[in-house]
Amino acid sequence: MSGQLDEQGRLRHFLTTEGLPREVLERILGTAESFSGVIEKSVKKVPLLRGRTIINLFFEPSTRTRTTFELAAKRLSADVLNINVATSATTKGESLLDMLQNLQAMQCDMFVVRHADSGAAHFIADHVSPHVSVVNAGDGRHAHPTQAMLDLYTIRRHKGDFESLRVAIVGDILHSRVARSQIHALNGVGAGEVRLIAPRTLLPRDIDRLGAHVYHDIDAGLRDVDVIIALRLQKERMQGALLPSEHEYYRLYGISRERLALAQPDAIVMHPGPINRGVEIESAVADCPQSVILDQVTNGIATRMAVMSMCLEHREDGTGGGA
Amino acid sequence: MKAIRVRGGRVIDPASGLDAVTDIHIANKQFVSIGAAPAGFIPDEDIDADGLVVCPGLVDLATHLREPGDTHKATIASEVQAAARGGITCLCPSPATDPVTDATAVVELITRRARQAHMTRVMPLGALTRGLQGQQLTEMAALRDAGCVAVSDGGRPVVNSLVLRRALEYAATQDLVTILTPQDPHLTAGAWMHEGWVSTRLGVAGIPVAAETAALARCLALVEETGARTHFARISSARGAAMIARAQRDGLPVTADVAAHQLFLSEMDVSGFNAQCHVLPPLRGEADRQALREAVAAGTIQAICSDHQPHDADAKAATLVASEPGISGLDSLLALTLRLVEDDIMDLSTALARVTCDAADVLGVQRGRITVGNPADLCLFAPAEPWWLRADTMASRGRNSPFLGWEFSARVHWTLLEGRILFRRDNGGCAG
Repeated sequence: MSGQLDEQGRLRHFLTTEGLPREVLERILGTAESFSGVIEKSVKKVPLLRGRTIINLFFEPSTRTRTTFELAAKRLSADVLNINVATSATTKGESLLDMLQNLQAMQCDMFVVRHADSGAAHFIADHVSPHVSVVNAGDGRHAHPTQAMLDLYTIRRHKGDFESLRVAIVGDILHSRVARSQIHALNGVGAGEVRLIAPRTLLPRDIDRLGAHVYHDIDAGLRDVDVIIALRLQKERMQGALLPSEHEYYRLYGISRERLALAQPDAIVMHPGPINRGVEIESAVADCPQSVILDQVTNGIATRMAVMSMCLEHREDGTGGGA
Repeated sequence: MKAIRVRGGRVIDPASGLDAVTDIHIANKQFVSIGAAPAGFIPDEDIDADGLVVCPGLVDLATHLREPGDTHKATIASEVQAAARGGITCLCPSPATDPVTDATAVVELITRRARQAHMTRVMPLGALTRGLQGQQLTEMAALRDAGCVAVSDGGRPVVNSLVLRRALEYAATQDLVTILTPQDPHLTAGAWMHEGWVSTRLGVAGIPVAAETAALARCLALVEETGARTHFARISSARGAAMIARAQRDGLPVTADVAAHQLFLSEMDVSGFNAQCHVLPPLRGEADRQALREAVAAGTIQAICSDHQPHDADAKAATLVASEPGISGLDSLLALTLRLVEDDIMDLSTALARVTCDAADVLGVQRGRITVGNPADLCLFAPAEPWWLRADTMASRGRNSPFLGWEFSARVHWTLLEGRILFRRDNGGCAG
């Protein structure tokens, strides 16, 4: 598997939060903090990546993630190209590898990739030329590391240190790249406890071995937690015998006001979006003062700026820092 | 026909238990004497086997030759040559060709192409059902008469239990062994690797062990019902091997094989999204791998096969889940089998038995034995000659192997089929 760190332990690519040293995770959060200042100014731009070209290569539809990556790149003064491949070449029979080589021939510096196949970002990182960085914007069910980092950043802004925190992730863990990246990242920064709350049909086998406590009873799982992260439940999960109905799911696992009361009084509620009101979360909870869902979106820009600049900052010579 | 003497090699015939330095004499395609030369025997060719192990030619129960259908990946001619270089003298191509090997015309095409190649003997497997669709029986008597040695589901399990029952009964009537792949298609669909904590980490949909055991349980119930001789292909799990052992203890007429790679790799080898390790059934857990090795040693699993699936480069130049499953296995079958001896899992004779006489016995063919009167199929290998599996020197056209770069001992020097030299390794160079 392609290494995401170079010999000096700096980011070459950003593919997964799994196995990343704590100091790298902390540095991403610290860098995001400094960029938060930038994007709150009236002139929201720094010249860090002037002259660099970043290609957003999205094989799956996305609005929020692609937009915040685009904004982040523009705030860093990079040139950005958006390519939506769902409607482009691979449907014409061009292979992923061919497409990559063509885009590379355009002398870009970074691919931001979203793809439906788990492992796609690693595959691309294995095949790009050495001066190109790859940032994973979501691959299958595997990883969505910038989402996890913006979530960590949001948690830290509201809660401070991670060591004392209990974090509950609720919902469709099985299909969630977000959950996997969150578990690795939270454990990486030494979070007090990570809880996963879901029926068995939505939990992958041996998920506890990633470092989490599994609950099937949401009331027990939410008790005294500091952070609640609800995951999106896709409608197609009702097919395939994973769940009987949205109604029953909401009754058993929906984040309602009553359930929110089981958590710490100052607990925050998060969601990677887009939310299904009345399915995974009660409307009133999504809009309550404890909800930080819109902060997450804002923080996504600073966090993605941090990751992009860290990957490219030491690549001045165009040959890259890694082997 | 040439008379051949194989002189001074360490002759190991697992079927008879022979393990001695001796001479072998071949005439009229057969072994005519082991030990002293028969009276008046004058060899046309004298093979110096000093320092070599002389064993029966290997019998491989599972190969995909890709012809007809996928000749951009490999051809019968290319792969029987590769098999000969690997010491394999008989092989069974899967009926999952395109068109499916469900009619005598296809069987004849395969055997004719194989004959023209003048290499390893090809013993086709006929399709159990037409088009491998699992609905209508094939003309098994005709397939048998055309040269099929068994009938098989070709890796596409028969879903309808009534059809499967009748297929077993009909095959047994034609005195054909039925080869079944125990995989529940619903538990396998849309998944690419063993379901366990590695698949959880990678976010890749997993195939549970129950895909194998649920299918095995159903098949075993039908074997019990029908008494039909049945062979289970590509067992991948500890629980699956235990079910086979129990069925054999209960007296059911069942045998089983395992793909060589299952004895050396596990889910951990997929952990970097390695498309070369994308196989079906999937590489399972470390405990499964150990149990499979023990089952081979105990003889619960009688045969080790290559499960040879050569691919073009594009088939694997994709993400794990978009890649095609399969390993090109002919080049490494003997070397991997003998590694089990190095790993102290079994002795040399037992290991060789699993790729010679025991595999032949699954089909009920008189192969894989060094016995007077038997076809003179031999493999001569140097037991301690190191070599490296490299893409540019692989004999198969398919270069897709997770074993590339592995160092092996046991290098094939000669391969003989029915007293004819298929392959000889000369100093440095090779001549087929």
